[in-house]
Amino acid sequence: MTVETIPNVRPRRLSKDEIEANFADLHPPLSRSEALIEADRCYFCYDAPCTTACPTGIDIPGFIQKIRSDNIRGSAQTIFRENIMGGMCARVCPTEVLCEEACVRNTHEEKPVEIGLLQRYATDPAIDAGIQLFERAPSSGKKVAVVGGGPAGLSCAHRLAVLGHDVVIFNRDEKPGGLNEYGIAAYKTVDDFAQIEINYILSVGGIEVKHRVTLGEDVQLSELVRDFDAVFLGIGLGQSNDLGIEGEDKEGVMNAIDYIAALRQADDKSQLPIGKTVVVIGGGMTAIDIAVQSRHLGAQHVHMVYRRGPEKMSASVFEQALAQTSGVTIHHRAPPKRILGDDHVTGVEFETDDGKFVLYADMVFKAIGQQMKGIGDLDMENGRMIVNDGHRTSHEKVWAGGDCVVGGDDLTVSAVQHGKLAAIDIDRYLGEQ
Amino acid sequence: MADLKSTFLGIESPNPFWLASAPPTDKAYNVNRAFEAGWGGVVWKTLGEEGPPIVNVSGPRYSALHSNDRRVIGFNNIELITDRPLQTNLDEIRQVKKDWPDRAVVVSVMLPMTEEAWAKNLPMIEDTGCDAFELNFGCPHGMSERGMGAAVGQVPEYIQMAAEWAKASASIPVIVKLTPNVANILPPARAALDGGADAVSLINTINSIMRVNYDTLTMYPTTDGMGTHGGYCGEAVKPIALNMVAEIARTKATRALPISGIGGITDWRDAVDFLALGASNVQICTAAMVYGFKIIDDLVDGLSAFLDDKDMTLDQLIGHAVPSVTDWQHLNLNYVEKAVIDQELCIKCGRCHVVCEDTSHQAITHTVDGERRFEVIDDECVGCNLCVSICPVDSCITMKQTSDDNADKLTWTAHPNNPMRNTD
Repeated sequence: MTVETIPNVRPRRLSKDEIEANFADLHPPLSRSEALIEADRCYFCYDAPCTTACPTGIDIPGFIQKIRSDNIRGSAQTIFRENIMGGMCARVCPTEVLCEEACVRNTHEEKPVEIGLLQRYATDPAIDAGIQLFERAPSSGKKVAVVGGGPAGLSCAHRLAVLGHDVVIFNRDEKPGGLNEYGIAAYKTVDDFAQIEINYILSVGGIEVKHRVTLGEDVQLSELVRDFDAVFLGIGLGQSNDLGIEGEDKEGVMNAIDYIAALRQADDKSQLPIGKTVVVIGGGMTAIDIAVQSRHLGAQHVHMVYRRGPEKMSASVFEQALAQTSGVTIHHRAPPKRILGDDHVTGVEFETDDGKFVLYADMVFKAIGQQMKGIGDLDMENGRMIVNDGHRTSHEKVWAGGDCVVGGDDLTVSAVQHGKLAAIDIDRYLGEQ
Repeated sequence: MADLKSTFLGIESPNPFWLASAPPTDKAYNVNRAFEAGWGGVVWKTLGEEGPPIVNVSGPRYSALHSNDRRVIGFNNIELITDRPLQTNLDEIRQVKKDWPDRAVVVSVMLPMTEEAWAKNLPMIEDTGCDAFELNFGCPHGMSERGMGAAVGQVPEYIQMAAEWAKASASIPVIVKLTPNVANILPPARAALDGGADAVSLINTINSIMRVNYDTLTMYPTTDGMGTHGGYCGEAVKPIALNMVAEIARTKATRALPISGIGGITDWRDAVDFLALGASNVQICTAAMVYGFKIIDDLVDGLSAFLDDKDMTLDQLIGHAVPSVTDWQHLNLNYVEKAVIDQELCIKCGRCHVVCEDTSHQAITHTVDGERRFEVIDDECVGCNLCVSICPVDSCITMKQTSDDNADKLTWTAHPNNPMRNTD
């Protein structure tokens, strides 16, 4: 590697066309004939392992059977009944460790049914055409506050609205969607799909969204508890973890999720400055996302460095392979020791069992997880809210779900399930009032 | 490689695979291509009387039952007999037979039910040098409305009459092609035999409507908004054809008839089915219309390799399975099989459990000691073979005999529950 004396960070490393091609749909949608052939591979299992493996419990053989008979609307209904974000989950779920890992086809041929792609095939038409598949129950007269416009909050709000309750979503950002809008790698959700899906979800009615409202700043939990019949918190974690090493404050050292958020909102990605050499610290999905996207923006050398062994990486094997085929070099068992450079970063020193080494870097991305600021008096454990099976917190009028609760796992699909379970429990609670 | 040379009614062909009378054998161009590809013989597309040409619809003549990957499972047609001038066909038949002396060229005919028609036309056709006639008493659409085709084949007396006329006018063999659109195939077969026919060929196509058009809610396909039933063929009809072939082959009154087997033959295994159940050769149309003539390669070397593996000749294969076909009343009711699931092969899809639970005898577990596991409950299993049939893994579920080999046989004819039992 050449030693860079001057930090080499600049936009337009690739042409706009190259960038567009790099950020195209990672998994293009199936054509009808592809979908029919793939759907035919489903064995229509009894008590299907894929359904058990799905955090939202979608009746997967059921929706695939409906694809087979061209009953696409029925198929979408089967999916949305359990997972109103079935469209996004079809794009971003790590299916290789969820439904597709459980597929019985793996036993003899190691080639599961492409459930994710089939789910997209089933859900896209209803979303594109804006076909409303839900009818709201008669109004209960109850009002629920949902804090957070991410997957957990939207899922909870939709279910509550369907059950006849009115919902107000308090959203911190300018746009709704949470990490769907600001966090997920761009090539997984192209063509502004996050907003299209949210508009589809909100079209059921009964949900008002207030933007740029931050809990604890613009509104207090106590006010919400006072003014609403119930409150759901789907506020995510919010704060990126620090490395806690020397030199972390140097220019060119950034939180991965902040950069991804900027990338997701950029009209012209070629205008984003990116280093010639990029070091990503972390071993999760976000680390993969920033590493791959750095390459796609034109970074020549991208290193992803994880402090432990490959078996501990939370990024799936598929994601790791994606990074590698995108030209990312993955290093294991190398904890960062200090960030090098004067004002601007020039490299990172790592300390391994086998001694120290240095990777030169024009930019360093931190992707080692997030944490949450405490909320009021709610019971917490390891920085996350404690909830019961119905996703109720220690406060009788407050429920919570998504990354901010114990058991939150960084997955859209889990957040959707939390929101759904909470809505069902809130509905039960409201019925008793 | 086993010799597939076939002799049917004294007609020799290099293999027992003939193209059935249908569009693939409508003219010399197609037939030459078929012979170049290696087909053993053809039955020329049905000729009618000289006169104004036959007029076909110019809308869809064919439609198909597809799998989701567009594999053709069943096929339907409303095409009539040849719509080319008789003399054109005769000239081409003469030339083809001259060019391909080692191949079988049989001519299918359909004539009005008058003796004169047969006496006039058959000698003229025979003069082409063709090897035999096949009487089309099976076509179930169009021609049957004019008192020919299936309209003849559904009345045994007519079959016998026409067979007699044909035999009186022809010096070459006469094959009667039977329609399956009858309640019992034996009376038509017997009528052919009684009329002096040298052989039967079966089955012709089955009356069929494929489906409706989901947009227009009319039947599908239609010609200018109206449709009519067609003749059904292709893989889906094979079991129906096999039963009819076996019935003729195993019944005393008809078993003297040589059979040319037809109905859904697609690969060499289908041919083995027909041959083993009593057909002396086979005829194929749909598979060629779906894939082209090249399928003859698999038919020929697949059958040849099979005979090698079995150390059998083609003649030994013909009719080999016929003695194993009987009436229900002669099945041994003391013989017991149970399903056995190979846990090493099982992929745990659970289909065997749910179909047994929902529709059969509740004889397969879904959980054993808290684990997802599918095992047969022998006490409940009646040996129905449903789980074997629907299991997606080949050989994962098999049937195993549990009754004693030495146990006495007991058939319904002697069963104590049978009030009509044979008490001898």
